[in-house]
Amino acid sequence: MTTDLAKPTGTTGTVVKDSAGYRTFRWVNAAVLILVAALVLYPFVNIVAQAFSSEGYINSGQVNLIPRGFNVTTFQVVFGDSMFWRNYRNTVQYTVIATAIAMALTTTYAYALSKHKLKGRKFFIGVAVATMFFNGGLIPNYILISELGFRNTLWAIVLPNAISVFNLLVMKSFFENFPSELEEAASIDGMSTYGVFFKVVLPLSKAVVATMLLFYAVSFWNGWFGAFLYLDDPKLYPVTVYLRNLMAGVTSGTSIQGGSTDNMTQIAANVQSVTMLLTVLPIICLYPFLQRYFVSGVMLGAVKQ
Amino acid sequence: MSLQEPAVADPVAPVAAIAPAVTGPTPKKKKRPRKESWVAHDGSVIPAAHLSWRTALRKDWRLYSFLVLPLLFLLVFRYVPILGNVVAFRRFRPGGSMFGDEWVGLYYVRMFINDQQFWHAFTNTVIIGVLTLLIVFPLPIILALMLNEVRSRRFKRSIQTISYLPHFMSVVIVAGVVFQLTAVNGTVNQIIEAAGGQAITFMQEPSWFRTIYLTSEVWQTVGWGTILYLAALTTIDEQLYEAARIDGANRWKQTWHITLPGIRPTMIVLLILNVGTFMAVGFEKILLLSNPLIYSTADVISTYLYRVGIVSNSISYATAIGLFEAIIGVTLILSANAISRKTVGASLW
Repeated sequence: MTTDLAKPTGTTGTVVKDSAGYRTFRWVNAAVLILVAALVLYPFVNIVAQAFSSEGYINSGQVNLIPRGFNVTTFQVVFGDSMFWRNYRNTVQYTVIATAIAMALTTTYAYALSKHKLKGRKFFIGVAVATMFFNGGLIPNYILISELGFRNTLWAIVLPNAISVFNLLVMKSFFENFPSELEEAASIDGMSTYGVFFKVVLPLSKAVVATMLLFYAVSFWNGWFGAFLYLDDPKLYPVTVYLRNLMAGVTSGTSIQGGSTDNMTQIAANVQSVTMLLTVLPIICLYPFLQRYFVSGVMLGAVKQ
Repeated sequence: MSLQEPAVADPVAPVAAIAPAVTGPTPKKKKRPRKESWVAHDGSVIPAAHLSWRTALRKDWRLYSFLVLPLLFLLVFRYVPILGNVVAFRRFRPGGSMFGDEWVGLYYVRMFINDQQFWHAFTNTVIIGVLTLLIVFPLPIILALMLNEVRSRRFKRSIQTISYLPHFMSVVIVAGVVFQLTAVNGTVNQIIEAAGGQAITFMQEPSWFRTIYLTSEVWQTVGWGTILYLAALTTIDEQLYEAARIDGANRWKQTWHITLPGIRPTMIVLLILNVGTFMAVGFEKILLLSNPLIYSTADVISTYLYRVGIVSNSISYATAIGLFEAIIGVTLILSANAISRKTVGASLW
């Protein structure tokens, strides 16, 4: 995807020798890039180090790269906290349902919009694109959700962001480039539009579907503000709101169920690190395998043939 | 595939057609005719655009059925809230109509014009917005240029993979990272103390907020921001570099005269988009990071609006502020677009 243009070797094959200055530059460049990568990674390393350190070292400011006074007390307490698990389950549930709804709406809309024979196509595209530039704003959305009776229900979380226009347009472009011969052949064989879409187009669009699925799933997994705004019952919170409340001091580490008084100072010292670690863990674990899909998704969105 | 002039005369410009070869299993692509035609019973050909709605619906009702739910979604969750902005000019009563009960004209607009706190938040928003454009926007370009000079593909790919990671973190995690690193016993204070300084209570000092916010913003976005530039870099014609080398241009001159102009369209499109979101500066992150002690620098329009509308329940007043913010946003993006079309010939649509 990224061919190296900086090669001093011309297409003719003649090797141009780098100047001494340029060679020095390349070493400095590599060193700076390594430094950038280290700085990007450091906060994650620090979270892990704090999560496994004992309170004495944390409170005296001695934990940075590696855990000191290794212990897992806080992990045991957080694992034993039924509210944490409940909220974690909520996150999984919200992510799965919201992603399913988003995919259903986005793929069908994108497929219809990709058909040039669709009368009114320009209008239907415009209706979606306009919402990229105009949106109702926080308060009107808040009133709407309250008015619909969605507060303190799952719907407030899984419905309002069901179509991302960016994802929609990416899928539309993809379907537009789908070989029409395949669809025509299928419809000559007697398949209806539904049959063509579900049995021919979707199975052959796995790559783009997977990419969109990931985009949606990550954004719903990471979401917190909708839940924070519309849910009042702690039992309904996703884990991001659980974490937010820990950070804001609404719930302190010591009020977590199962936190006995002997462990209080230890929990107070690193309950945030532990919760953060547990929240990002699924994404970090999947990241190495999935990141190329994310990148190709962005490329799909921006690249014109 | 190439990123050619993302600015085209199409409403969906930044998101243009794609090559199926990137992800699709389709080997070859055949350009379909733009408009399909229908052959009527008597053999005459009717172009799609001339079909009556009734015929179109009867022929393609299955296709139209795909539109129903998404359109309903857009209507309810996107267009109704836009109309809901009318409460900025009407009195809203809890339990009453969501569009307000009676007209009050510009009452709420006058209210925020005379509101000191609003103008305070406005100033903070502009300052943070300008700093974001000046500092956060150019850094991905520099990083992309640096990555472009790397010859080892594995090394380059590793750096890229690592630098994208923060993009996938929830803003709650980003806030948590900020709190942890800036805590009195956190890494930053460890360094300050090791250098012989005094620990700073960063999150209680208004003077530190902008630095902290911008740093976290850079951390989260710099890597991901390089993707589009790196794609644009691959489209620059190799022959240009060769010609420049023959003319005796060194690496620096090649970068300045070939590479930078080559990615200019991408830069402009992203700049316009950034200008458009200028007023909405990282609302969720600022909401998580700020506290009353640092409102003097941290309070922006969106967080002020949140407090007025949701916390203090002044619905109409907050809507008026939100509408004002949105109008500025749309004005900014339209003017940035117009200016760029006039001066450099690139625009979003």
